[in-house]
Amino acid sequence: MSELEDKLGEVARRHLGARGITGLKRLTAGATQEVWRFELDEAAGPTPIILRRAPGGTRVSETAIGLETEARLLESAARVGVPVPAVRHVLEPDDGLGHGFLMAFVEGETLGGRIVKSEEFAQARTVLARQCGEVLARLHTMDPAEFPNLKRQTPAELVAQYKAIYQASGWPRPVFDLAFRWLEANSPPEPAEMRLVHGDFRNGNLMIGPDGVRAVLDWEIAHVGDPMEDLGWICTNPWRFGAIDRPVGGFGQREDLWAGYEAAGGAPVKREHAHWWEVYGSMRWGVMCAGMTAAFRGADPSVERAVIARRTSENEIDLLRLLAS
Amino acid sequence: MQDQPTPAEVIGAVAQFLKTQVVPGTSGALSFQARVAANALEMMQRELTLAPAEEAAEHARLKTLLGHDGDLVSLNTELSHRIAEGAMDLNTPGLADHLWATTLAKLAVDQPTYAAYRASLAERAPKA
Repeated sequence: MSELEDKLGEVARRHLGARGITGLKRLTAGATQEVWRFELDEAAGPTPIILRRAPGGTRVSETAIGLETEARLLESAARVGVPVPAVRHVLEPDDGLGHGFLMAFVEGETLGGRIVKSEEFAQARTVLARQCGEVLARLHTMDPAEFPNLKRQTPAELVAQYKAIYQASGWPRPVFDLAFRWLEANSPPEPAEMRLVHGDFRNGNLMIGPDGVRAVLDWEIAHVGDPMEDLGWICTNPWRFGAIDRPVGGFGQREDLWAGYEAAGGAPVKREHAHWWEVYGSMRWGVMCAGMTAAFRGADPSVERAVIARRTSENEIDLLRLLAS
Repeated sequence: MQDQPTPAEVIGAVAQFLKTQVVPGTSGALSFQARVAANALEMMQRELTLAPAEEAAEHARLKTLLGHDGDLVSLNTELSHRIAEGAMDLNTPGLADHLWATTLAKLAVDQPTYAAYRASLAERAPKA
């Protein structure tokens, strides 16, 4: 029995009233976090559980908000009706497993390509854009005051932040310079009300069933800012998984996303702001991909990192299509 | 002169080995990572094959745009600064075409199946 399995068994007995755990296995998803699945051994039968924890239990990435905060975000989201996995236990120092938490396993699909192409999700694709709008409207009612530790950033501050990261990389990308000029010249004003923003709400981070959205996952870069950011990010081209004529996650149209958002109580969507956030999304993902080169040469010299770094050019062509076609 | 077969050929053979032997012969994370590795090698094979001609053309365009010679990194750095300062923009003659040609050449190496790249190739192809 591995040490991890041993300690998780202890947690299951001590905190969750189970007899132990079975079937521990590492899932491949999650580049910045470890994700494990196992079953709680309970009198009523096995209950599947997901463990999210920092790599090796301790390493925490620079941008992530911390797994304890992520667990509290899930609990807060559940209270306003956002579909999320129920948090079962937040790891404590005594557990000896580092930072992380246990949550309920939600059955479904997260692989964007399958959600976009598989016949199994044909019905879901007709409702997903609107559902995503409805879910985001509820998500944006979460109270930022509950999370004073989260970064607060205006659109202009976000652009300045990514520009600084890009410039520090020391590698010239004329297309990025063009995009930063455009983003600076066309920035939406500071929002009337700063909201809790998921920050990574996109196809790939949503658990999808044939009926639609079952859970919103990966809250690790949540922050406080302009709620339009979430509506732009899910339309950013890389998250369409090749179905570029269906801008919302490769499954739907912007008009349905916005209609769902407004019908569920979200603020009216200004078209030109939504477009700005889409350009910003390509810029942001481009800078993040480009940053993988430093990560590859530093802490994580994996082939996967190297290959993501080489996806920077996808964003360069997306930016040209948005700004220079 | 180094001998044959060329780096591109050997790298291609290793990629094929990973794809046809290792990926189907393993499972889970290892199989996934072997496929990622094969894709990475094929990318490098494309770079070895395509980049010399594309970078020569990029270099020639940069010399024309900036009015002087230099190595590829310093010319790109200068172009980058001029755009950032607003001294050059999409109204600058030749700039949009240069950025498009350079970006399409990068995609041909990095991600030739990317849908936006395929769409751009089709849209920008000379009309028959």
